[in-house]
Amino acid sequence: MTVLTTRRAFLAHGAALALAASAAAPALAQDLTASRALVDRLVADVNAVIASGQPEDAMIGQFAQIFQAYADAPTIARYSLGADARAATPDQLARYTQAFSNYVAQKYGSRFREFIGGAVQVEDARAVPNGVEVQTTAIFVNEAPFRVDFWVSEATGQPKFFNIIIEGVNMLLSERTEVQAMLDQRGGDLDRLISDLSRM
Amino acid sequence: MRRLAQLLVLPILAGCTAAPPPTGINDPYEGFNRQVHALNKSMDRAVLRPLGRAAATAPEGSLQPVVNFSNNAGLPGAVVNNLLQGDLGGAGTNTLRFVVNTTVGVLGLLDPAGAIGLKEAETDFGETLAVWGVPEGAYLELPAFGPSTERDAAGRVVDFVLDPLDRLGDVPGPVQDYAFPAKVGEQVVERGQLGDVMDDVLYNSADSYAQARLIYLQNRRYELGQTPSATDEDYYFNPYEESQ
Repeated sequence: MTVLTTRRAFLAHGAALALAASAAAPALAQDLTASRALVDRLVADVNAVIASGQPEDAMIGQFAQIFQAYADAPTIARYSLGADARAATPDQLARYTQAFSNYVAQKYGSRFREFIGGAVQVEDARAVPNGVEVQTTAIFVNEAPFRVDFWVSEATGQPKFFNIIIEGVNMLLSERTEVQAMLDQRGGDLDRLISDLSRM
Repeated sequence: MRRLAQLLVLPILAGCTAAPPPTGINDPYEGFNRQVHALNKSMDRAVLRPLGRAAATAPEGSLQPVVNFSNNAGLPGAVVNNLLQGDLGGAGTNTLRFVVNTTVGVLGLLDPAGAIGLKEAETDFGETLAVWGVPEGAYLELPAFGPSTERDAAGRVVDFVLDPLDRLGDVPGPVQDYAFPAKVGEQVVERGQLGDVMDDVLYNSADSYAQARLIYLQNRRYELGQTPSATDEDYYFNPYEESQ
């Protein structure tokens, strides 16, 4: 009897565990796979633009489009505003997101210029507290390879990256620092910042 | 050995403030640092940037011997730090690099060691201090040298004093004599290579001091291998939670 109960309990427990495992494992695996696939596509697009041999200005425009397509611009924008995001009206926030997206796509699009003549390789993906970290290596001629990480989240329903970390240097923190400084220069006037960003 | 070395360095570090959280910024000297930053910017604008631009127009790779020579002359100092950190592999690689490049590589102008996979195990005394558990200290911007911390500034001083290059009897004279000018040349070449990225930070950002500080601290912590674990919630902050 005791043996039987124990056995049944054990079986039930085992089944529950197996169920939990089968439920959790695919979710986690899918998350990793989808995030990695996002960065794979992003990297393939970047490498294709690099390989196209177009004039640099055309490339930068395309890098900006790639950034728009793969990044979660609204989240990056809201984070860059910090506490000021809560004080903003929904209309201001929408206009700011638009202006910031253009600004940041231009800026990082032109940074991708550094990648011309090189290539990016996706190395690994791992689950981290805020999503999935996809690790890549950027390889340049005549230069030591360096690490570029993408933080990918599915919080918006589909995988998008919300941060790029180049050798430890974090885009979200850089942009928050930058936007705070721009706001300070304008006496905290968000509307002025929006119109200035739109013209950048 | 470890205790002795710590004892030697302790007086320099006596002024270090407490360790900041690994992701934070500890900058009690901000006012002073900002003045130094303005000075560094004006020096960059007047001297380093124009020289870097000139260097960038040189034929591709033609200035690499200057960089190679400077790196090679720095290897004995790196070996000392490898050893102080207990990194025997790094010490071996760097020693072999130095021997191969100083001889086959013509006083270090060429890098045949790198071609056969002997890559430099880069290090400095700032890293040695970090390995020994000395806290990072406050952020500092040093005149001419740029962003640093109390720990890294102390490291620079010790590296300068400890550098065994001039005391190595068998090293060819030119390697010792031209180490310093080559180091200056290396800075110029690197400024030229960093060109636009550096200009963006220094001249196109709203607060170049804050940007330089953030970039230096994060990159330095990354270099020192202070990589966060996959469960570190401070490092992997969640912007989606914040927005709710």
